[in-house]
Parts: sequence; structure tokens; C-alpha cells
Amino acid sequence: MNEFTSTRSNHLIDPVLHAWGWEVPIYLFLGGMVAGIMVLSGWMALRRQGAGMSSARAAAPSRALSLLPWASPFLISIGMMFLWLDLENGFNAHRFYFVFEPGSPMSWGSWILLGIYPASILLAWTMSPSEFREGWMKRLSFVPALGRIGDWAMQHMRFMAGANIAMGAALGIYTGVLLGTMASRPLWNSAILGPLFLVSGISTGAAFMLLYRLADRERIFLGKLDMSLIAVELLLLALWMIGLATAGAASRGALWALIGGPYTAAFWTLVVALGLLTPLIGEWIELRHGAVPGRLPAILVLVGGLSLRWILVYAGQFTSWAGDLTATLH
Amino acid sequence: MSDNKRYAMVIDTRTCVGCAACVIGCKTENAVADGFARDWIVTHTSGTFPDLKMDIRSERCHHCADAPCVTSCPTGASHYGPGGSVQVNADKCTGCKACIASCPYDARFVDPRTGTVDKCTYCVHRIENGTPTTACQEVCPTDSIYFGDLNDPKSKVSELLARRDNYTLKPEAGTDPKHYFLR
Repeated sequence: MNEFTSTRSNHLIDPVLHAWGWEVPIYLFLGGMVAGIMVLSGWMALRRQGAGMSSARAAAPSRALSLLPWASPFLISIGMMFLWLDLENGFNAHRFYFVFEPGSPMSWGSWILLGIYPASILLAWTMSPSEFREGWMKRLSFVPALGRIGDWAMQHMRFMAGANIAMGAALGIYTGVLLGTMASRPLWNSAILGPLFLVSGISTGAAFMLLYRLADRERIFLGKLDMSLIAVELLLLALWMIGLATAGAASRGALWALIGGPYTAAFWTLVVALGLLTPLIGEWIELRHGAVPGRLPAILVLVGGLSLRWILVYAGQFTSWAGDLTATLH
Repeated sequence: MSDNKRYAMVIDTRTCVGCAACVIGCKTENAVADGFARDWIVTHTSGTFPDLKMDIRSERCHHCADAPCVTSCPTGASHYGPGGSVQVNADKCTGCKACIASCPYDARFVDPRTGTVDKCTYCVHRIENGTPTTACQEVCPTDSIYFGDLNDPKSKVSELLARRDNYTLKPEAGTDPKHYFLR
């Protein structure tokens, strides 16, 4: 028998760590979704270019698909606002950009976020319909440099697409690595969280795009892709849990939070059943019957993506090296 | 590290009675925010009745030599200070709480008055100005708290660790803590 009593009662630390609140999972969700939009926009742009003008793949993108890359800078700005809200001393936020700390995933993230803006805005510009570009060119003609940058991006569309895939992947992976490098929280402490958050982010990015009026061929492409992403996500979740179950007492104790502990119901219903299995089955039925993927599975994927991050952020803080977590409940 | 010292703290769990004078001494010396504490008392009871054993420990930041709070800090606010102690530069702290999440000892907290992270400093403001004791050490009525330089073989902490059986908390976290407990 081991029993601990402590006089410590620090706010947000005791009895269970609660340093990161609701703002962080919302940021992680929006960041993952932006990562997905960037990777998919870049990929679809490359795919069109690589297919050549004679191929069906090279058919002109729908107006919605052409304008969707603009969502990236807007959504990441909203996400960064939530991140700023989580800072206890937000007036020092500029300090992130006075230094680069290579050991700190948050420092990597700060600099990656800076790169997201030029990459996503320039790709959005190159993918926009010509009348949209011409209209804005006229409105912004008082800044000639913008026109020159826009022309440069148009001439380097492949580079812009590749940059978006790379920056999107970096953003998606970093959101997972941010939690995965915390050795003090066994539930998070897994290298799988990086790829898990990237795949989940691309899946939510595809789901976000499916909410808009895309052409049928685009919906079918994204629907099929999303099915594969959900399958990979389920596999990564399983590998992550197998890793925890076999990595020693602290990790096994942490896993208990999701298989018997306080986050069990939320995790298995919101993330696994509603957010992954239901849309996977829904998309499979749609495609099997030749239907164009609709919005309902996409909405469920978004619910699942947010729930995954919400539950992981909260459940991870619930876990520690203390060992028997059941004791902390009483 | 700017000097050749390696500060450490040693707690004698045989003589500590858990009076919490160290907690109050620290709060007074460092004007710690109301409702918060940089150090605290843990009572650990182990065994099977009637063969029970009790350790009473005065705990605080473990000033790890391989501190995850320093590594995870994105602005360099958390850093190694005098004698390898772990310090926080409030001017650089954004209150992102990465250090709090990364600390296996949950030794840090956000000071609600400033929004910056606070923790035990080993009273370096006293030590570096010639006062040989930390505030918690000075007020301890049973002389259970020792502070000193591990690189000095003649220091009390070196002598105690060489002579007495001792342990650190959560060594499996791999952070090389500099906070020792005598059995």
C-alpha cells in the first residue's frame, strides 16, 4: 500500500493538472484542419498540372475549390487567436519571435505558423479564378509590389503547391509532436501522435472542403481519400494504444483514462464511433452505391477531429508518473 | 552554466516532522501569491498494516540537470541559472504553460498577479548575495533541510549524500533531479 497526502493546492495544478484549457484543443483542431486544406490544395493543384491539359483530371476546378485555399490563412488566424487567449501573459507573445529554441516544439510551431501565411496566401492566389485575381489586382494596384509577387507565384505554381504540402505537413505533425514530447504525461508521450494528428488533420481538411459546393468529381476524390485517411487514423490510434499498453506501468496507467477511466465514454463514442466509424461506413455506402459524398459524414469527421484533440488534451493532463491514477479520483 | 557549482538540496526524512514552516518561510521570503506555494509537504505512508512506514518530505522544484521545462520553453524564459539551478525570467515568459505540462513533479504554477510562471528558485537572490541558507532551510526547526554545492566534496550536502542512504523522486523520468531525500 502506498498513500500520499500533500499540502500543495496550487490552482490549475492540483488535484489534477489543468494548465491547458479549452482554447488549446480548438487551436489544435483548427491548425490540423488548415494543415489538411494546405496539403490537399497543394496536392490537387499538382495533380491537375501533372495530368496535362488533355486529361480529365485537368478539368477546370469548381469555383468553390478554387477559392477554398483562402480558408487557410483565415482559419489559422482564428486558431492563433485561441492560442493567444490561452497565454497567461499574452503581452509577451512577441517573445516567441525573439529566439528559436530547437528543443521546444512550441518554438518550432511559432516559426512554422509564420511560414503558413505566405505559403497559403500565394497558393490561394494562384488557384483563384482569373476574374477574382484581376478584380483584386485593380483594387491593390496602388501597391505594385503585390502585383509582382502575385505574378511570381503564378509562374511558380508547382513550387507553391509543393511548399503548401510541406508547410501543411509540418503544421499537422507539430501539433501532435507538441503533446508527444511531454515525457511527464504518459498518455501523450508517443511519437505516433505526430502522424496521428497529421492524418486526422488532413481528414478534417477534406471534410471541411466537402462542406462546400464542389464538383461531383472533386467530391468523389475527397470522399475516397477521406475513407483511406480514416482507416489509417484508426490504425494509428490502435498502434498508439498498443504502445501505451506495453510500455510500462506509467503508460499502462495512463491508458486506463481511456479504457475504464473518466474519458472512456467520451473517447469511444465521440471519437471512435461517431467521428471515425460512422463517417467511414457512411462514405463507403455512398461510394458503393455510386452516390456523391454528402455533407453529413464530413460533419461527423469534424466532430471527431475536435473531440480527439479535446479529449487528448484533457486526458493527457490527467495522467502523470504518479502511477495508480485511480487513487487521484477519490 | 556560468559557474562551477552544482547546487542541490537534501531533505532528512528521518527528522522532518511536516510542520510546514518551510512553506511559510518561502512564502514570506519570496512574496508568493496568495493560495499558491513554491514548496509543500508530502506524507508518504507505505507497507501493510501493522508494518507501516512513513516518509515526510519537504518538496519543491527538483532543479533537474536535464530539465524538460527548460527544453520545452519556446522563449528561453526557463533557463539554467547559478549552480545549475532552474530559473524563470519573467520578462521573457508568455505564460504558455509548456513548462508546467512538461514538469514531472508539477512544481510550477502561474502567478495570477503577473501571468508568468513561478517556482522555487533555491533562493538564489540570497545565496548569490552571500547568505548561506535558503529561506526554507533557515526556518526549519528540526534542521532537516540542507542546501549546498555538490561540486564541493566538503559541503554538507556532499557529505550527507556520501554517508547516508538517499533517493530522488521519479528517477525514471530521466531528468537528473538535484533534490535528494535521506532515508
